Amino acid sequence: MHANFIDPFHARDSLLHHVDPRVKLVLAVAFILTTALLPPAAWPGYILVFALILAVAIASALGPFFAIKRAFLVLPFVLAALPVLFTTPGEPWLHVPLGRWALTITAAGLARFASIALKSWLSMQAGILLAASTPFPQLLMAMRALRVPRLLVGVFGLMWRYLFVLADEALRLMRAREARSAALAGAGGSSVLWRAKVTGYMAGSLFLRGYERSERIYDAMLARGYDGEVRTLPLPPMARSDKAALLVGLAIVGSILALEIWVG
Amino acid sequence: MNERIAAVEIVDLSFSYPDGHPALRQVHLTVAPGERVALVGPNGAGKSTLLLQLNGILRGQGHVRIHGLEVAEENIRRIRALVGLVFQDPDDQLFSPTVYEDVAFGPIYMGLPLPEIQERVQRSLAQVGMADYAQRTPHHLSVGEKKRVALATVLSMDATVLALDEPSAGLDPRARGRLIRLLKTLPQTLLVSSHDLHLVEALCPRMVIMQDGRIVADGDSARMLHDEELLARHCLSEDSCE
Repeated sequence: MHANFIDPFHARDSLLHHVDPRVKLVLAVAFILTTALLPPAAWPGYILVFALILAVAIASALGPFFAIKRAFLVLPFVLAALPVLFTTPGEPWLHVPLGRWALTITAAGLARFASIALKSWLSMQAGILLAASTPFPQLLMAMRALRVPRLLVGVFGLMWRYLFVLADEALRLMRAREARSAALAGAGGSSVLWRAKVTGYMAGSLFLRGYERSERIYDAMLARGYDGEVRTLPLPPMARSDKAALLVGLAIVGSILALEIWVG
Repeated sequence: MNERIAAVEIVDLSFSYPDGHPALRQVHLTVAPGERVALVGPNGAGKSTLLLQLNGILRGQGHVRIHGLEVAEENIRRIRALVGLVFQDPDDQLFSPTVYEDVAFGPIYMGLPLPEIQERVQRSLAQVGMADYAQRTPHHLSVGEKKRVALATVLSMDATVLALDEPSAGLDPRARGRLIRLLKTLPQTLLVSSHDLHLVEALCPRMVIMQDGRIVADGDSARMLHDEELLARHCLSEDSCE
């Protein structure tokens, strides 16, 4: 039983998959930054950015809808921006009566909310394409290259390695519970409270197992000379074509931003 | 290395866990260089605890010397390069995102130059038959493959003493056979803790029985494994110690 399905990486033989992970990480961050910096209601800018990410999606051989669909995952978080509907000053567009009070949605507020939702959705696509086209260990290498603190990268690495091990353990626990969730003919199911209790025990047991495992892992690291300092192999050199891709990518993203600021 | 100096010398070693539970009591053991010794005993006998003493992960009262070098704070880095400890659960041993990085971990911490690290990683992975798996994630390997990579992680350190905790646990007969054949080719001194008496017979000419933190028997495996009375007395046969 393996929880491999949580790995976001999808192996393909595509242009995007072959680009150096450092280039992809820098460009993804630049893309998200540019998208975030676009002013509200800059619709032509959003279309440009969308065209760009669509082009990248096509270059990834994952299908144009791969990231578009998955990026809707961001929508629940967009709800945090709901207050801007009512707090942005401007032309009233809609009154929502709430008993003795009424909330007023302004046209500017609506445009702003839609912009935030759209921008989050577009940024999410960049993240999804990055994770789907880059194996996580290579992403860690890219983070090191970008001078993300080494200890943090080390923690990400361990987290990723043991996410699967813990998920496997959780799956096994759930299967064991399933196997013993029997009922006699005619007898009703168990109460919600009892089931909540079982789930609580399972969470506790997972936590304890995780804790014990962390001690053993630390021993295993000590046994091979770990001294508290995070040391890694040197970074591999970057190909010329990847350097060129980085420059071109930054130029495209930069010109979209410049254009938008100039027009807006 | 001087042939007359023991690879492992344990003198009057006692150890209690922080909760007061005594795990080792006055253990004496000497292992010659190149010798392959099995540590056998019921669960909780102290086998794993003893292995953890060899490179100072746990430290008790008494002496542990590896090739004459005392296991103590001032020698600990050298000791850890000499003793390769392979844990029972390969998921504990393999903590890096890729197989390559894991096998390189020991050599990196030994401060070796890059070409030598690369050479050692390739050599160790080839030795255990896992050269094509360097860029794989440990999670995607079978238990047998993980066990072999775990062995490579200490072979790359050029350890002269290998301490293996339950190397055949969880392996199917084919993977177990493969592991035994691989271990037989290694020139290193081996200390193997195991419940797998078949592995003991096939791999280790000498066998040490532990019970309640003590060494209760030490001798020739072939003879001891056929001494039903001895095995029963130390809870090593199926209906003993009921």
